[in-house]
Amino acid sequence: MIDIEEEAARIAGQGGSAPRLARDPVNLPMINNWLEAIGDEHPGYTEVAPPAMVQVWTMAGLRGQRSADDPLGQMMAILDEAGYTSVVATNSDQTYHRYLKVGEHLSVTTSLEDVTGPKRTGLGEGWFVTTRSTWYVGDEPVAEMRFRVLKYTPASKPEPQPGPRQAQAIRPAVNRDTEYFWEGCRQGELRIQRCGGCGLLRHPPGPMCPECGATKPKYLVSAGCGVVYSYVVHHHPQVPGRRTPFVVALVELDEGVRVLGELAGEPAIGLPVEVVFTEVDDELTMPSWRPRADR
Amino acid sequence: MNAAIVGIGATDFSKDSGRSELRLAAEAVRAALEDAGLAPSDVDGLVSFTMDTNAEIAVARELGIPGLTFFSRVHYGGGAACATVQQAAMAVETGMAEVVVCYRAFNERSGHRFGQVQAAAAANIDNSWSYPVGLGTPAAMVAMFARRYMHEYGATSEDFGRVAVVDRKHAATNPRAWFHDRPITLADHQASRWIAEPLRLLDCCQESDGGVALVVTSAGRARDLPNEPALVEAAAQGSAADQFTMTSYYRDDLTGLPEMGVVARGLWRRSGIGPSDVDVAVLYDHFTPFVLVQLEELGFCGRGEAKDFVASGALELTGSLPLNPHGGQLGEAYLHGMNGIAEAVRQVRGTAVNQVADVEHVLVTAGTGVPTSGLVLGRG
Repeated sequence: MIDIEEEAARIAGQGGSAPRLARDPVNLPMINNWLEAIGDEHPGYTEVAPPAMVQVWTMAGLRGQRSADDPLGQMMAILDEAGYTSVVATNSDQTYHRYLKVGEHLSVTTSLEDVTGPKRTGLGEGWFVTTRSTWYVGDEPVAEMRFRVLKYTPASKPEPQPGPRQAQAIRPAVNRDTEYFWEGCRQGELRIQRCGGCGLLRHPPGPMCPECGATKPKYLVSAGCGVVYSYVVHHHPQVPGRRTPFVVALVELDEGVRVLGELAGEPAIGLPVEVVFTEVDDELTMPSWRPRADR
Repeated sequence: MNAAIVGIGATDFSKDSGRSELRLAAEAVRAALEDAGLAPSDVDGLVSFTMDTNAEIAVARELGIPGLTFFSRVHYGGGAACATVQQAAMAVETGMAEVVVCYRAFNERSGHRFGQVQAAAAANIDNSWSYPVGLGTPAAMVAMFARRYMHEYGATSEDFGRVAVVDRKHAATNPRAWFHDRPITLADHQASRWIAEPLRLLDCCQESDGGVALVVTSAGRARDLPNEPALVEAAAQGSAADQFTMTSYYRDDLTGLPEMGVVARGLWRRSGIGPSDVDVAVLYDHFTPFVLVQLEELGFCGRGEAKDFVASGALELTGSLPLNPHGGQLGEAYLHGMNGIAEAVRQVRGTAVNQVADVEHVLVTAGTGVPTSGLVLGRG
């Protein structure tokens, strides 16, 4: 078990790293490249460098290595070992004491200022590591930077969600008024409510006939044939139990009532269709439509 | 009616409010009371939607409202919007309360999104004919009507798109609108992806976080308050034969919204005005096709003629029937119709950002495809 705070105190106690000399002195070609990249058109940087460039002068280059006494490198290695393997820079503050003149040759030294954690963040649990760098021309400090990173353990990804086809399809609510319909589907019958009093056909069904007031609902078994009265091609969002796009059709049965259902095939208003029954599981069978074979 | 809207208030309209729905409600109610020149201690009634998660007593606690003598809720989603004002006006007229605040607040984008499939809604027996067959979003439910409407009347996707273009045009000059400064062209509409054919993305309203509140009191008390009152010239609710919520697919005809016809007849009868007297129309626009159907149900044009009415430019700010000058729910924000009522109040006051000249009467409608409601507001 690594005691991160103890290690941090040890590294902080080492003080600043040995001064590291910049690869090149402050120079006009690099200033011009930087101004172009940033989009700064200020004409004044001919003899002095833009202050915000300070970090550029002591960058290690494309294949640069951290020095062994670099405190940030040491702290990263300890946190890697402790399982905090990912890193993100969070913020930096720079202070400039004066302009840097072309020809001046900088050096930099870095010390570990602070390590705090473990903190729970949106990225995962981690430690905030703060270093302080000071740039010198000779013995004169010319700029400083406080730099903070988060070293963290990536939060575990949620369990992969089942694909849309695997997700549970939405089931109908069933009650005493509608049970006959779903029982019919299980038996391969498309049942349409017929009033036991006046004979009114009705779908969706209900307990009391709106025509005669009777509460004696019966049903007839539809021949299962009709035409598409209207339809929707569903694209977004995802629907549980279905792969988009799919078609839902409102079908007018030959008996005269309309029933909704998924339609397999190219939809069109007036398309003759017939019912098919798809067993979802032991308890649920859904009616749907397909173009009529005999046309 | 002897009632007026004397205060309007709202939060910012966003995609992620960063605060609780109760806080949004409390902020909107407080803003509306400040606008009205009234204090929480003046309030004795609260009205909202049954879908609102903010209990009247919770809102009263946050505001420090000392007591309530009237509290009421209206059902059927966005169809409740204008009916909240109707409830408030009836309470004021009958003396059940003196100052009633109507409110609606939600995190509809960052929290519970209505545009997604509401699996829990399938527990409702009415929904067991639609959700299990894959018809599970408001857009898809409206698309079923829209396809039949196109078939019967020859309307096209472009005809629907013109509604979105005019809403977005108006939103573009409304700094409070989510789509401020972002107008669209008909080509943009035609290039937008399918959501539920025949509906494209730009036929569908936004999803929004926010809150809106409206203060209602008697016309007499309104005269002592700082704002020009928006008098409730008429309020109406409506549902029709064989009514379902979003899926009234079993009537003889699928091209109308007969529940809006019920509302229309109530509004014209009670206000004593007719369609030609309306100076501004704030029509519920969660999905563009139902704006066309509303124009027909409300009597602004004949059956099947809305596409020509819209194409004529009538809905522009300078047209014969300026539509949704705030940008509607396609352009400003989706606040379940309540932001449209606030816009109607501004149009009556003469303080709207896209103000129509010489406004006497403003028509507002609530959610379509569901049992619904409407208002005529005016200067009286």
